[in-house]
Amino acid sequence: MTDAEDLRRRTAELLAAHPPAATQRLDFLRARFDAGLAWVHFPEGLGGLDAPRSLQAVVDAELAAAGAPDNDPGRIGIGLGMAAPTLLRFGTDEQKRRLLRPLWTGEEVWCQLFSEPGAGSDLAALATRAVRDGGDEAGSGGDWIIDGQKVWTSSAHLARWAILIARTDPGLPKHRGISYFICDMTDPGVEVRPLRQITGEAEFNEVFLTGVRIPDSRRLGAVGEGWKVAQTTLMNERVAIGGSRIPREGGMIGVAAADWRARPELRTHDLHQRLLTLWVEAEAARLTGERLRQQLSQGQPGPEGSGMKLAFARLAQEISGWEVEFLAEDGLTYDDWTMRRPDGVDFTGREAGYRYLRAKGNSIEGGTSEVLLNIVAERVLGLPPEPRTDKDVAWKDLPR
Amino acid sequence: MNDGTSPAGTPAADPDLLYSADEEALRAAVRSLFADRGAPATVLAGLESASAHDAGLWRALATDIGAAGLLVPEKLGGAGASAREAAVVLEEAGRCVAPVPYLTSAVIAVTALLGCDRGREEVAAPLAALAGGGSVGVLAVPWTTAPGGASEGAVRAGADGTLTGRVTSVADAAGAALLLVPVRGPDGPALYAVEAAADGVRTGSVTPLDLTRPLGHLTFDGARGTLLASGERARTAVDGALLAGAGLLASEQLGVAEWCLAETVRYTAERTQFGRPVGSFQALKHRMAALWLEVASARAAARNAADALATDSPDAPLAVAVAQAYCAPVAVRAAQECVQLHGGIGMTWEHPAHLFLKRAKSDELALGSPGRHREALAGLVALDAP
Ligand SMILES: Cc1cc2nc3c(=O)[nH]c(=O)nc-3n(C[C@H](O)[C@H](O)[C@H](O)COP(=O)(O)OP(=O)(O)OC[C@H]3O[C@@H](n4cnc5c(N)ncnc54)[C@H](O)[C@@H]3O)c2cc1C
Repeated sequence: MTDAEDLRRRTAELLAAHPPAATQRLDFLRARFDAGLAWVHFPEGLGGLDAPRSLQAVVDAELAAAGAPDNDPGRIGIGLGMAAPTLLRFGTDEQKRRLLRPLWTGEEVWCQLFSEPGAGSDLAALATRAVRDGGDEAGSGGDWIIDGQKVWTSSAHLARWAILIARTDPGLPKHRGISYFICDMTDPGVEVRPLRQITGEAEFNEVFLTGVRIPDSRRLGAVGEGWKVAQTTLMNERVAIGGSRIPREGGMIGVAAADWRARPELRTHDLHQRLLTLWVEAEAARLTGERLRQQLSQGQPGPEGSGMKLAFARLAQEISGWEVEFLAEDGLTYDDWTMRRPDGVDFTGREAGYRYLRAKGNSIEGGTSEVLLNIVAERVLGLPPEPRTDKDVAWKDLPR
Repeated sequence: MNDGTSPAGTPAADPDLLYSADEEALRAAVRSLFADRGAPATVLAGLESASAHDAGLWRALATDIGAAGLLVPEKLGGAGASAREAAVVLEEAGRCVAPVPYLTSAVIAVTALLGCDRGREEVAAPLAALAGGGSVGVLAVPWTTAPGGASEGAVRAGADGTLTGRVTSVADAAGAALLLVPVRGPDGPALYAVEAAADGVRTGSVTPLDLTRPLGHLTFDGARGTLLASGERARTAVDGALLAGAGLLASEQLGVAEWCLAETVRYTAERTQFGRPVGSFQALKHRMAALWLEVASARAAARNAADALATDSPDAPLAVAVAQAYCAPVAVRAAQECVQLHGGIGMTWEHPAHLFLKRAKSDELALGSPGRHREALAGLVALDAP
């Protein structure tokens, strides 16, 4: 069993063999992956050591102290948070060996081709088609020909790979006729168009898929089982969005508190009361996340995970709204409306107005707050489900 | 203030926010006692009896289970446990609005005594009596007093050690044999012990909003007391008691909120209107789901406060302020939602929902309102008022 002591030793060895100051960034990241110190809970040979997930913090702390480069999760969040856990669970050995290393080092960016103009919250209603060309009787081999349109695709303009869900059998009810693929974004027939958003920049895109050929070896899970695979991705997405570890007064509340301390002339009693309330709520949310992590590391996952994204979204919106108001005249201005194509989301690097606008997406991306509240009510509290009229109807017969 | 960059700092050690196996065992014992003898319906039936406390239930909890002595070291007659265990008892007590003086006697009065010189017989003897559960003691301050707020004692001590003055709205005063009285003495603050039955002590009862936690006005008219501590020692003993009380009140509030949510989910999943269980309407589901998230966060905040108190962490004042500012409104919201989502039956006397609403609302005022705790927090994390 790998323990904290062992990890410290391995980290020291990595640093000795590849001193950060004298090593190229990418070389260091590759060496870290090969030493099993990328994500310690992953299997050996795939960037991990089969160690408890909680011990990652030990490695991260040592490496940060030594000034080692990080792998820039802002840009590669979809790969790390969603594609990697899905690949780990459903990928073949060959897929894992080929894809996980460049995913982790950031050499290859991933995007998520899930949402469509007609299928957002009701993701299983998706219409993008995958039709088989060739293959054997048993149903493997050959290619899939993909046609359809995806939307709100973050990072598609940077991505080398995509996780993609498409309909392989329109004759089945909507959840059962879906399959899950890995799409090469450099293949012919993939067209990415920027979609400008509320902040002025184009973080996400429309993606048009026209006759795109995907070999059957890049399918994850069985044909028709794509919804099950997608569940793994979506669950991990919610944890990834709501679940990062932050210190007290970290994140958005830290920026607001710093503003308050720096600008005494703008203080009012009402803003003071609201700031303190938000501070308390941010601290309670932080402790809830901490409690969740302690449960996970003891192997007793609690349902708190479902709630973290909800809490994070509400707080981000309220705090950033407070901040714009506090800044008074400065709150009337915006830093930059130029249409840019950012590499990632940087909440603390830009101004309050950007934070305020971008935070509006927090309750929409990765499942809206309304949909998450349904999930908590039904799966955590066991309340009766919404009446469903579409569950047993073939997808092709659904009204659209 | 330990990382130099942010005045709020980061707590030195990571708090343990989970429950240990021993704590779960204690919970099981307390829960089964309350299930047998303290279910909300029983509490309801006992409300209009002469005594506000259920003496049998208190004996079973305090003495048979030994909960009254959790905070007291073994050599002083207690169980040598910590605030973490006491918090578990309070969660369970909150879940059935138990009419027992646990928080007032076994937490607040005991902590006040622990803050005095335990080597003195005048301190050790009453401590052992409270730890055994045979006697109930209360700190004679208004129940609304926040940590740090008891310095202006309303009672004066004369040079001869007799006390004069009046303290209003003291929780659980009626059932208490021992009164711990913060006073203004000739040489500054002091803490006295006074027998409730002594000459010159009168306990007048008031009709409380929360029927399960009686309030009394205490009048001291030349009553004779025993000096327990004076000066700074007295002040810190009283402050420490109020801090522990406020921190652990959060666990009681968590228990109140938990019961309200669980009962509301159970009821709305059964109650049918418009041909569907009312709990299948999304407008209600979302309210319950949102409440669930608040309860989950209240648990983390309450656990953090209990752990900080248990480990005597320098972070305790901040953890307590956060827990009170967060948990008090959650308990109130849970109880309000419980009444509302039960419809008409929620407004009846026979349904226990009102017991929880009354407890939650009174708890919001107890030991400092959320606003007071936010004010305290402002000082602790350098977010100064305008
Ligand atoms: C910043 C951002 C980045 C994104 N990145 C990606 C990405 O990289 N890849 C990708 O695939 N997708 C991405 N998305 C898409 C996102 O997952 C969807 O927008 C989201 O799931 C909602 O779908 P929709 O936009 O179609 O809204 P709709 O489903 O049309 O919802 C409209 C409104 O109806 C409500 N609603 C819908 N169903 C219910 C219900 N059953 N009960 C109650 N209310 C309901 C919703 O909450 C919402 O308020 C991104 C979105 C944003 C905002």
